[in-house]
Amino acid sequence: MAENTAAIPESVSLPLQRSRHINVGVILWRVLLYVVVLWGAVIFAIPFYWMIRTAVMPPYQVNLFPPEWIPDSINFVNFRSPFVGPFPFARWFGNSAIVSVLSSVGVVLSASFVGFGFARLRFPFRNLLFIVVLSTMMLPEHIKLIPTYLLFVKLGWINTVLPLIVPNWFAPPFHVFLMRQFFMTIPQEMDDAAKIDGCGWLGIYGRIHIPLSLPVMGVSAIYQFTFTWNDFLHPLVYLQQVDKYTVALGLRLFEGYMRSNIQDMMASALIAVMPTIIIFFIAQRYFIQGIVMTGVKG
Amino acid sequence: MATLNPAADAETRAPSRRWTPERREALFGFFFISPWIIGFLVFTLGPMITSLVFGFYRTDLLQVWEVVGFKWFQAVFTDVLVRKAMFNTAYYAFIMVPLSTTLALLIAVLLNQNIKGQSFWRTVYYLPSVVAGAAVAILFKWLYQPDIGLLNSILNPILFRISDILSLETPLVAPRWVFSQDWAMPSVIIMALWGAGGAMLIFLAGLRGIPTALYEAAKIDGAGPIRQFFSITIPLLTPTILFNVVLNIIASWQVFTQVLIMTQGGPNNATLTMVLHLYNTGFSQFRFGYASAQAWALFLAILVFVLFAIRTSSSWVQYER
Repeated sequence: MAENTAAIPESVSLPLQRSRHINVGVILWRVLLYVVVLWGAVIFAIPFYWMIRTAVMPPYQVNLFPPEWIPDSINFVNFRSPFVGPFPFARWFGNSAIVSVLSSVGVVLSASFVGFGFARLRFPFRNLLFIVVLSTMMLPEHIKLIPTYLLFVKLGWINTVLPLIVPNWFAPPFHVFLMRQFFMTIPQEMDDAAKIDGCGWLGIYGRIHIPLSLPVMGVSAIYQFTFTWNDFLHPLVYLQQVDKYTVALGLRLFEGYMRSNIQDMMASALIAVMPTIIIFFIAQRYFIQGIVMTGVKG
Repeated sequence: MATLNPAADAETRAPSRRWTPERREALFGFFFISPWIIGFLVFTLGPMITSLVFGFYRTDLLQVWEVVGFKWFQAVFTDVLVRKAMFNTAYYAFIMVPLSTTLALLIAVLLNQNIKGQSFWRTVYYLPSVVAGAAVAILFKWLYQPDIGLLNSILNPILFRISDILSLETPLVAPRWVFSQDWAMPSVIIMALWGAGGAMLIFLAGLRGIPTALYEAAKIDGAGPIRQFFSITIPLLTPTILFNVVLNIIASWQVFTQVLIMTQGGPNNATLTMVLHLYNTGFSQFRFGYASAQAWALFLAILVFVLFAIRTSSSWVQYER
């Protein structure tokens, strides 16, 4: 026996030992990886969990100290509170929906139109103008705030949804960039083939580029929808009548009113963020693929 | 044939000289980008110039329009409150930009390891950035509540045990977060870090663009995971890092909603940021001229930092090819 083991050539036993050694390292590494990812995820999920847990908790349990993690029973009565209070919550919800949907539609239509122009047509100053697009992408919003406010006052658009929608119908630069980058990846041969078949520029845009760019349009639309739904600064400036508010703006009024009923407050906040979450889950694959595809690179 | 051709060419070209394909294309080009040109003039360039002009006026945008020269632009440098707001905004941005970029990169790299359920983890980390805004600020205000909030109800018992073990005379107590002058800004930053998922997604996209062949080659050369990370992942990701840093600088210097809802700039102006201050100056005190001057000061500050990031980038960003 002893002779036998000694007879095993080193060249065989050595790689065996080495691979075992590596395996232990790899396993440790993977365990560590999962532990870190899991703990991170728990920390990221806790605030959400706490919002949901508080929203469905029976009122008597919410103010117990130390706080309890699991609700005794799940009840949905708290979700009625924003609708029965003195504020037009349902109306705010409707306002948010109108503003967000119309902004997204405007962004998708106008930015893809402009993006096509920058990607496919040659005209004087094209590169210079595109550099202007890129630099306005970085332009902070606040610098335009006061003059645009005055403009909308003069137009009589204060307390209407128009100031929140109309600027988005004029090709916001971020989305132009996104669209243009995508259109650049569509082979030029497709345009040429269409041209030979007698297609004009509008035809090339409408029949080739629009159908092919639906995923990136989806990305654009979701971005804009989420942004507009969550936007606080612009509604704050342009909407002064309470019944014209959007949900994000209105939530703040609940704070004073629901001060002692944190479960109502959390239920209202949960309802307020629901649309963005639902849209994200419906479009998730589409959305993440789109971002990977357009590859936001310098 | 050879003699006929030029004549025929000239004949067909002459009437259509004004509509050569090039000219047609240029015309259509401008037609396609016209929505952007109009929007740029009306909603961007016009307002920018106008707000610079407003900076020279004392105005409530209604009756009062009085030229005051450089008064507001000088006041921006001397006004104690503006300086405070500038400092607070810089504090936020200088902590936030490196911290959130690092966190986002770290999560992206972890998720990019060949782990099971990647799309599930990605969703968990990304979701908070979908709901950013007023609702989140209200939620965190409740989590931060110093006496009965979740955070301190976890921290205080732990700190009590630690003090016990170390037998400290005065036991450690968790900070009062948004109610504490020192901790209010860190509270806002921690909340903002919760939204790092947006940048993470962009990093994930960048990581996918790195050819796996490079890692295989490195493995053959005997490079371990850490060596691979610093010699392949980071250098090839530098364009994405620059992109995220620039976006983050611009967003951080404009922090507004969170502080308005959580602290309204308090306590004792500890979280008064520039956009909040210029909003107050304009829309609460109706001093729109001064607010415009502040807006320009903030804009120039952002411009300086963004240009700094881009200029220095040539020394650390590596472009392919």
